[in-house]
Amino acid sequence: MNAPITITIDGVEVPATPGQTILEAADAAGIYIPRLCYRPGLEPYGGCRVCMVHVAGRACAACTQPVSPNMVVENDTGELQEQRKMIIEMLFVEGNHFCMFCEKSGNCELQALAYRFGITAPRFDLFFPKRDVDASHPEILIDHNRCILCAGCVRASRDLDGKSIFHFTGRGPDRRIAVNAEAQLAATDADVTDRALDVCPVGALLRKREGYRTPVGQRPYDQAPIGSNDQPEEA
Amino acid sequence: MAATSNKPRVATVSLAGCFGCHMSLLDIDERLLDLAELIEFDRSPINDYKSFDGRRCAVGLIEGGCANEENVRVLRDFRTHCDVLVSVGACAINGGIPALRNMVSVEECIDEAYRSGLTVVNPDGILPDDPELPRLLDRVRPCHEVVKIDYHLPGCPPSADTIWNALTALLSGAPPELPYPLIKYD
Repeated sequence: MNAPITITIDGVEVPATPGQTILEAADAAGIYIPRLCYRPGLEPYGGCRVCMVHVAGRACAACTQPVSPNMVVENDTGELQEQRKMIIEMLFVEGNHFCMFCEKSGNCELQALAYRFGITAPRFDLFFPKRDVDASHPEILIDHNRCILCAGCVRASRDLDGKSIFHFTGRGPDRRIAVNAEAQLAATDADVTDRALDVCPVGALLRKREGYRTPVGQRPYDQAPIGSNDQPEEA
Repeated sequence: MAATSNKPRVATVSLAGCFGCHMSLLDIDERLLDLAELIEFDRSPINDYKSFDGRRCAVGLIEGGCANEENVRVLRDFRTHCDVLVSVGACAINGGIPALRNMVSVEECIDEAYRSGLTVVNPDGILPDDPELPRLLDRVRPCHEVVKIDYHLPGCPPSADTIWNALTALLSGAPPELPYPLIKYD
């Protein structure tokens, strides 16, 4: 059942194990597929669509699609890279991403992907939506302006912390992260040690008083792009 | 005015910006001497010329987005006179810090600034209404939502190396191609 199989990614034969996803097999083989909502150790969400690949001409999310024997995967194609770039740009215009004063700048995966794709300006008009900040908790900050709805905190709080503090509310453009309380985060049992705080790829969920500690130039994505060999995968 | 030269002309302006990008331009240090050999400045805060004199400019560097009618007028004037327009910095590209007001209405914004703000002393509730003051736009807009922008140099501000890299490329007729470490949003 678990006999090793072989799949092909961009013409390269890659060993894989039944039950693995395309993304897991690619990571194990050292092939980078851009991703945003995927977190090792968390149930794949398939929400951001950045890891979309083509299998037999059909688009699918590499983080959710299981491997099958002799599967042929296209990853690094002009069409897919352009679509990924467009997704990144849409995420930027959909929220309020003011990198110049964001504590996460230099360590933000959305920003890092934009750098990797060489985006100098979004091609779409900016929305400037009105969104809230929840600073009620003494140790933790939620800034909805920066949230990209990756469900990282939802999954980590539910599956790693066993608290289910975060969940989604609303639909379409009104979709946002809500907390498991009548009003604000301070009323939940959120704790500064929660694993949920470690998985936010952007600056939407932050520990307070920890910003700007790393000097500019030494931050994770200052010198080398996300997904390059000297960017170790986060645990 | 100096004798006419055939050097390419470069115009610069700060619209709704903080002049930080111009500081970054000056931060190219001794390369300023090389730049002076390469170009002639047209209207720019650096030489304090206030308007175009009809000659074509090879490059226009735009700092800041459009927050008011005056910004839009100046930006369109730059588009008319410059062969290549470059948005320099976060404000020109995304609206930047001035665009923080985009999440509230102009009315609320004016009220906070001149009437109800905690540190405001204005018992008669007078609002600035001199006809010389340009009227605010409904929201701060990036330059490329107003005119065609040819290239963008992100950063707050873009580093001196970024500006130098792009400017020298443009003056040699090539599109700017920023190496990875020079694309920064902060």
